[in-house]
Amino acid sequence: MAASSSKPVPLLKDELDIVIPTIRNLDFLEMWRPFFEQYHLIIVQDGDPTKVIKVPEGFDYELYNRNDINRILGPKASCISFKDSACRCFGYMVSKKKYIYTIDDDCFVAKDPTGHDINALEQHIKNLLSPSTPFFFNTLYDPYRDGADFVRGYPFSLREGVPTAVSHGLWLNIPDYDAPTQLVKPHERNTRFVDAVLTIPKGSLFPMCGMNLAFNRELIGPAMYFGLMGDGQPIGRYDDMWAGWCIKVICDHLGLGVKTGLPYIWHSKASNPFVNLKKEYKGIFWQEEIIPFFQAATLSKDATSVQKCYIELSKQVKEKLGTVDPYFVKLADAMVTWIEAWDELNNSAEEKTTENKAPVAAAK
Amino acid sequence: MSQVIINDNEVDIVIGALHSDLTTFMNAWKPVFSRFHLVIVKDPDLKEDLKIPEGFSADVYTKSEIERVVGSSTSIRFSGYACRYFGFLVSKKKYVVCIDDDCVPAKDNAGILVDAVAQHIVNLKTPATPFFFNTLYDPFCKGADFVRGYPFSLRSGVDCALSCGLWLNLADLDAPTQALKPSQRNSRYVDAVLTVPKRSMLPVSGINIAFNRELVGPALVPALVLAGEGKLRWETVEDIWCGLCVKAICDHLSLGVKSGLPYVWRSERGNAIDSLKKEWEGVKLMEDVVPFFQSVRLPQSATTAEDCVTEMAKAVKEQLGKVDPMFSKAAAAMEEWVKLWKSVGSA
Repeated sequence: MAASSSKPVPLLKDELDIVIPTIRNLDFLEMWRPFFEQYHLIIVQDGDPTKVIKVPEGFDYELYNRNDINRILGPKASCISFKDSACRCFGYMVSKKKYIYTIDDDCFVAKDPTGHDINALEQHIKNLLSPSTPFFFNTLYDPYRDGADFVRGYPFSLREGVPTAVSHGLWLNIPDYDAPTQLVKPHERNTRFVDAVLTIPKGSLFPMCGMNLAFNRELIGPAMYFGLMGDGQPIGRYDDMWAGWCIKVICDHLGLGVKTGLPYIWHSKASNPFVNLKKEYKGIFWQEEIIPFFQAATLSKDATSVQKCYIELSKQVKEKLGTVDPYFVKLADAMVTWIEAWDELNNSAEEKTTENKAPVAAAK
Repeated sequence: MSQVIINDNEVDIVIGALHSDLTTFMNAWKPVFSRFHLVIVKDPDLKEDLKIPEGFSADVYTKSEIERVVGSSTSIRFSGYACRYFGFLVSKKKYVVCIDDDCVPAKDNAGILVDAVAQHIVNLKTPATPFFFNTLYDPFCKGADFVRGYPFSLRSGVDCALSCGLWLNLADLDAPTQALKPSQRNSRYVDAVLTVPKRSMLPVSGINIAFNRELVGPALVPALVLAGEGKLRWETVEDIWCGLCVKAICDHLSLGVKSGLPYVWRSERGNAIDSLKKEWEGVKLMEDVVPFFQSVRLPQSATTAEDCVTEMAKAVKEQLGKVDPMFSKAAAAMEEWVKLWKSVGSA
């Protein structure tokens, strides 16, 4: 039986970083101020590093442009995309926090059907702090939500659930359609507020959108690589998709959960469908090969950590998708580079923490 | 999305009468039911005569009719909630909608009465998408579509064979849960229909369902009967067993199962605490069946629902028979059901 959660949701303000990729400006943060002001922001500035991105007053942040990325990663910076919001994953790598929330700079606060502003971050935290149920579908959706529960017939042995690694939010107004659909339905707006959070069952893949996404960095961080997109690459707008397929295979393997549904944000900007079509074009064909690859992908018993899983996956990508296009060989190599960079940046952070702890203990 | 046209002649509404007085129930559903043919099956254990209001086109089946049609079948019991399956057997229509007799129409978020039958038929007549999850739920719904990243080759979907609806007010919770939360009522109207992905198991509640009889009729099996089987939903798992079988069969035949809308309004009945004594048997059995349904694979040669039920029965007998004699009985009932379906159901 699920426990009811009428106690307040913890803020996690010292345990969560908000990662925002931007090339324009951060005006959208003004609307989010009441919800974001207490959190640390990691801004990843894409495009021209000489441009100065103004961050609204009062926010605590660190900002990285391309020069910073090159300086910090050296030759390994090659795995971070340029001229594509995929560069945001650099933010995941440099974060020192347990949780990440990432949001696009054209996403605003949405209203629920009662007209109240939706605190998207709070909902993501609720999602991440409560278990997932990937082994058996609950017809009343997330059983841990107030007012919901497991239905009759749901095996009791599966009611504890598993830890939630990812919380995938949705969008009102401009829906996340691909270019062909945008061309056919340029005026379609998502007005349907679906009051549900649900676990995506084990064995099922989904299109993960990076516009409104939160995850437990300790559980799945290293697998959140957003691939090689943008400048010099044959493809764009598949960064989050790629990460989504990888994390789902890995979460299924490691017994972690992925939730989708609430919270909604208000997506204001419809990107140009013709520009999108150019970026997505190859992806539309390639995904017909990529999907069966991920559906069939299995990881060995030795793959007991996210990094090990990811490296194994990269080998399979090279072997099986390398024949589709040489891009995948490059991508597989970049996946390895990413893990190397992640471990370098994050293991040394762990060492520092250990060093700092000792003197404090001695002082006592 | 093209407009779905509902043909009156394609639909049967099957009602399992566990209460003798159906007046309130049927009058509440009149605006929705009156254009369709009804198959009313009286629980053979019910002593009183049925009271059915005017204004419906209905065929009524009682104990004597059931015995006449089914003959001296020994492994299948049509008592209690299982009486509905007799209705599924004798129906001649393509689509069957079945709602428990303690449910009335619900209201949606706009306060409008939900036409549960129409929603079920729309679910059944539009494709399902079991091979890849769409984050905007049913892509064939007006105002929705497939999202970026959804493979194009999977966008035509497959036929939907089963539509599982939900319940406002008294949700279909088990007895322990309801007993511990006696005032919990479901007031959340989730405006979505979604396809339950392939290989994902789910608890199918018989309270509010619809199916394509031509595609999966025989796969809805009245097979698993608890020793303490009762007249309350808390005292049965026949629909849960049936649903696990249907889902495995749909996965094998590349058919879809949807869950979500429509909602019905379910009223109070019975006492969860009283039912607790009977509930545990069902709970224990559920634990035994999960690994079985997770791994069951049907042979390629099984290409029809009948074949699948036969194969499923074999697998149940072999793998679950030794766990509990209840399963051997269920397997026997499933085999019997296929025979019955072939002689009566396909006539």
